[in-house]
Amino acid sequence: MNPYVKLPFTEWASEQFYFFGGLYNLVKDCFKEGFKRPFYWDLLSFQIYQVGVRSLPLILVTAASTGMVMALQYGLGLEKFGGKPYVPRLVASTILREMGPVFTSLMLAARVGAGIASEIGSMVVTQQVDAIRALGTSPIKKIVIPRIMACLIILPILVAISNLIGNLGGLMIGNFELGIDPNFYYQRVIETSNIGDYLAGFGKSFFFALFIAVPSCYFGLQVKNGTQEVGVATRKAVVTASLLILVGDFFLSKLFWIIEKWL
Amino acid sequence: MAVIEVQDFKKAFGKKVVHDGVTFYVKKGECLGLVGGSGTGKSVLLRSLIGLEKPDSGKIHINGADATLYTEAQWLHVRKKVAYAFQGGALFDSMTVFENLAYPLEEHTKLTALAIKDKIFKQLDEFGLAGSELLFPNELSGGMQKRVGLARAMMLEPEIILYDEPTAGLDPYNTKKIQEAILTLKAKGVTSILVTHDMPTAFAVCDKFAFLKDKRIIEQGTIEQLKQTPNSMINQFIEGQIL
Repeated sequence: MNPYVKLPFTEWASEQFYFFGGLYNLVKDCFKEGFKRPFYWDLLSFQIYQVGVRSLPLILVTAASTGMVMALQYGLGLEKFGGKPYVPRLVASTILREMGPVFTSLMLAARVGAGIASEIGSMVVTQQVDAIRALGTSPIKKIVIPRIMACLIILPILVAISNLIGNLGGLMIGNFELGIDPNFYYQRVIETSNIGDYLAGFGKSFFFALFIAVPSCYFGLQVKNGTQEVGVATRKAVVTASLLILVGDFFLSKLFWIIEKWL
Repeated sequence: MAVIEVQDFKKAFGKKVVHDGVTFYVKKGECLGLVGGSGTGKSVLLRSLIGLEKPDSGKIHINGADATLYTEAQWLHVRKKVAYAFQGGALFDSMTVFENLAYPLEEHTKLTALAIKDKIFKQLDEFGLAGSELLFPNELSGGMQKRVGLARAMMLEPEIILYDEPTAGLDPYNTKKIQEAILTLKAKGVTSILVTHDMPTAFAVCDKFAFLKDKRIIEQGTIEQLKQTPNSMINQFIEGQIL
């Protein structure tokens, strides 16, 4: 058998091994360099603006739509069983624990993850990353850390905003479509939502921020041979971030339930 | 004393061997012309001298220290004294010309904003770029981009400069400007390596030459020494018949 012919599984496994090894090295470099001077606060604030402020319209529309659709579906579905009063609790719990963090992160993965991978990939192709190194500065500090930190800071805030808007959307539909009194809806959300709902969603958002930023930076830096690879890196970044969010969500949900029970 | 010394340098990308035992040295204040056909790995060699590529084996000594043992953090310090002029300029496209030139000064010096401004305007004048400080790289011609890249590489007044085809694709005016800049630095005692196919420029600025072929340096010496060589390919190269 020709030893140079790789089996598909072997090739896939070695790619995954290489990918996770690369992520590990990138995170290790970030820890190694992130605590050393100089700190580029201006770059961080620019990235916070790019990642956070400029993503806000997208997040608002997504959150409002999600809350409205959920209220409508729960309301119409539960109506025949007389379950309309449970709509506020169900919508709030689903948004706070799952839909808020997951949908916000998925939208951010599409918008910001793609942006990060393509921007860094283009910088590699045009030798700007080499220039950063050749001028005695670190691409990890200049490019990677500000983007990861921006995602870590801004995603929990976006999730909080998304939760609020999602519930407002639910309240609107509850009132106009299902005839639920807005005061009753509001009171039910406040009374039935517990701190665990907020913390589970909030806690997940930190992990999701890493799932978006780290692979996106990694795939951007892996670009070698030209603009075609920038497209490939962008696609890989979005797919990987989305998969990590969706698969990771299950394990994180489980983890936060265990923590809640333990507390 | 040799400022740059390369011994038995070997580099391969996968199964493709690019260098197999490259050896040469450059003394202080000298300009070495590194010439050879396209795809012989001149740029790879130059990138290795500044730590952008790692050799598979062999030694690179810079100012007497073994640079092959440097970590990336140590290279960052070395690169303040060893500049690299990229073939295409490698300018930061989100920054203006002024910001590109200010970058190394802001990172590595404690100069005031006014002093940085003065230094940049002086540099722009020297490179014939006055008035372009607010332009972005995509608003510059290829020649201007190269000159800005060169000006940026020289901002920290390095001891060693590595030029990667600084005159490729330039008109005679821009070529002359870059030749003058290299000669000015040489007069100040800066050690340099020039990778080029532009033989008139190489003859104008280089003290000696190293010919890269078949993965190694096949001949090196001054132009007078190389004229004595029996190798017809090198003679043709010198006479500009093949580039």
